[in-house]
Amino acid sequence: MAGVVPDLTLIRPAVRPAVRPRRATEEGPFIRWTLIVITVLFFAAFLVLPLVTVFVEAFRKGTEYYFKALSDPIAWSAIKLTLVTAAIAVPLNTVFGLAAAWAITRFSFRGRQFLSTLIDLPLWVSPVIGGLIYVLLFGTQSPFSPWLIAHHIKIVYATPGIIIATVFVTFPFVARGLIPLMQNQGVAEEEAALTLGAHGWQVFFRVTIPKIKWGLLYSVILSNARAMGEFGAVSVVSGHIRGLTNTIPLQIEILYNEYSFAAAFALASLLSLLGLATLALKTYIEWRAGGRPS
Amino acid sequence: MKRRILPGFRLTLGYSVIYLTLIVLIPFVALTARAFNGTWAHVWGVVTSHRLIVSYQLSFGTALVASLINGVFGFITAWVLTRYRFPGRRVIDSLIDLPFALPTAVAGIALTALYAPNGWVGAPLAKLGIAVAFNRLGILIALVFIGFPFVVRTLQPVLAALTNDVEEAAALLGASRFQTFRRVIFPAALPALITGITLSFGRAVGEYGSVVFISGNIPFKTEITPLLIIAKLEQYDYQGAAGIGLVMLLASFLILAFVNAIQWWNTRRFNSSSL
Amino acid sequence: MKKIAAVLALLASIGLASGAELLNVSYDPTRELYTEYNAAFAKYWKSKTGQDVTVNQSHGGSGKQARSVLDGLEADVVTLALAYDIDALAEKKLLPDDWQKAFPENSSPYTSTIVFLVRKGNPKGIKDWDDLAKPGIAVITPNPKTSGGARWNYLGAWAYAEQKLNKDEAKVKDFIGKIYKNAPVLDSGARGATTTFVQRGLGDVLIAWENEAYLALKEFGPEKFEIVTPSISILAEPPVAVVDVVAKRHKTEDLAKAYLNYLYSEEGQDIAGKNFYRPRDPKVAAKYASQFGKVSLVTIDDVFGGWKKAQATHFADGGTFDQIYAK
Repeated sequence: MAGVVPDLTLIRPAVRPAVRPRRATEEGPFIRWTLIVITVLFFAAFLVLPLVTVFVEAFRKGTEYYFKALSDPIAWSAIKLTLVTAAIAVPLNTVFGLAAAWAITRFSFRGRQFLSTLIDLPLWVSPVIGGLIYVLLFGTQSPFSPWLIAHHIKIVYATPGIIIATVFVTFPFVARGLIPLMQNQGVAEEEAALTLGAHGWQVFFRVTIPKIKWGLLYSVILSNARAMGEFGAVSVVSGHIRGLTNTIPLQIEILYNEYSFAAAFALASLLSLLGLATLALKTYIEWRAGGRPS
Repeated sequence: MKRRILPGFRLTLGYSVIYLTLIVLIPFVALTARAFNGTWAHVWGVVTSHRLIVSYQLSFGTALVASLINGVFGFITAWVLTRYRFPGRRVIDSLIDLPFALPTAVAGIALTALYAPNGWVGAPLAKLGIAVAFNRLGILIALVFIGFPFVVRTLQPVLAALTNDVEEAAALLGASRFQTFRRVIFPAALPALITGITLSFGRAVGEYGSVVFISGNIPFKTEITPLLIIAKLEQYDYQGAAGIGLVMLLASFLILAFVNAIQWWNTRRFNSSSL
Repeated sequence: MKKIAAVLALLASIGLASGAELLNVSYDPTRELYTEYNAAFAKYWKSKTGQDVTVNQSHGGSGKQARSVLDGLEADVVTLALAYDIDALAEKKLLPDDWQKAFPENSSPYTSTIVFLVRKGNPKGIKDWDDLAKPGIAVITPNPKTSGGARWNYLGAWAYAEQKLNKDEAKVKDFIGKIYKNAPVLDSGARGATTTFVQRGLGDVLIAWENEAYLALKEFGPEKFEIVTPSISILAEPPVAVVDVVAKRHKTEDLAKAYLNYLYSEEGQDIAGKNFYRPRDPKVAAKYASQFGKVSLVTIDDVFGGWKKAQATHFADGGTFDQIYAK
């Protein structure tokens, strides 16, 4: 890079295409590059290094061992369980998140603040407690227990318990992601659409969803990644039966404890790859859609 | 009170409340009932024992420091990612969510492998006499790691949505860049920043999976509160475990309510025109 | 609505899994043992009855596993680290109070003890428990509050100190305190402690289950570590039991009983020996005698008056272990 002023304006397209870059709303190059360097360093030290560690450890025993570890039937059952869990938990929480964000940001009502605080609750509870409450509620100590046993319904130490615990842990993500965004955007456009004769669902799908789609996508992706990676809560309700109730993170812990470090990191790398793929997909969709919100 | 122009109030609120009740409230009632099921003195004795109090200080203190670190670096990162264009920006932007993509246990294993006295980073630091793994510093690093995306991701949309015209207006009125930042940009981004820090803090307080690997679990030194919940459970002391859980919950809830109140006040103060 | 439907759909798919299935809920270091034993048992059962049997395994800290069973983990059999944990199940009427009489040898088909794992060449010259209390020695042991194995470690040290110090309780406590002051890390489980010592390179000595130490030696090579057997150690008797209530519900009582009984057969004992547990059967024990170090073993009943008492005095809140750290 030549480093002269016109070049810098060239490599810095405007945040929004409509606004021309202006020196008055920019920082000087020194501040700018200092901030960039801080970001890159922090990013490298805190995020990239652990990721690299995962892959280095995963391939420590060679590629062949890596693929053998991943094709193990017990590993497969863990992968399947994880996918099923995320596929049920994430849509449930997305619908809830949209509803809650709509109610909280579009209306003012008594208890709105309280509701918003309650939504954050699962985030504030140690995942361990998150798992424990369902054990207390559905385990043999609970008053429902005789009924559940009589009807052959297993919740804790079976798939349903794992799903419920995951729903609990990932519960706030979509709502939390949408509330500040929708608050900032205001309601003028929705109101205009209503005045023009659109009905409720039309406003929602034609006006609100396009406005929030990126924020929504982020939140869903975060919530999905968290659902797949949850450890503490799921660990309490799983029962750790190999091949039956172990999700990928639990299987990783088991392998790690069996001295199969390379196999543990192989599964971990799979989960990391899954995460990286989602992130790549997100970037691609945004690119296809043209503008970026950020 | 604002008039309700938009539709869907009953539907969305009703659905939210029912879902919330099923998934969160009923289980919490069960937890509370469990903590109070028996002698109150026992629970009180458990939650106020010296060991627990030290662990509260550790859990809440480290989480606070970690979330503040994340606040500073998260703000810088979000700013750089939304405002500047530089090679590698997209890669960084995409990888910010990594701590979510890595399961906490994996993060714990990876961080321990890195910072242990024989790890890549731990070995040189050990030579300098700095112990990271099995020390409070290790806990802090794990908590910074897991909480980082919260701040960046809550700030990014808000920073992106800030219109340039106010900044231009400020510049036209003679404000320096720093004044514009302090008076215009920062107040507008503050609610999101607080939300981000709060989320990161909340996540850090209860974090178990990644911390147990790196903390070393020494009583009175590196024992986090969630570990003590597990310890109570191993001793079949459900009541004690539920009691500790309740204390953590209550403390978090108070902080959260406080932060939400600040935020509401802030939104009203700065965004009153758009609401 | 959607949620309920989804849950029901899943339940249906899970409920269908039938046939001869058994769930063995066990503690941490027995993974390798039961993986091998389950295959052998399935073969034996097939040849005897023609029935296919799948034995599912679940491993974790002994206390945690017992708690899961209490809370509804549907274990047909439990094979745990301490009788105390199975007593907890008996208390909740999951099995009879005299469960220890259901199988021979106090219902523990194999035994083990506590030994030390040190780095190759034993650079710190560790020979016995008193070396662990010396200043400058880093001792790795898990947390007795969360790990069953850690409790055996603690009791082994206590038994040694009691003999050595003529039962002077204040001195014994002081001795134990010195050992735990030497511990830079207290992992939450036995496996975690082994990993810390072996993988992370922390500590000079690991106090571990004998089978765990030999397994680490096998996994990581005798060129890196060696085993030191102390003069006195504790006889660990990991018990097994059928969880009657669950087995009755699953109609697996006979299968469960046969599964545990087969542990006492020559093949079962041989597998235990191969996995570094001390077999009960004298013939098999003789075959594996050479692989274990010589040690004088005391039992928990002799020195501590049984698990219930040991738990109450040492590991309950405010017990001797807490007193070490309270100072």
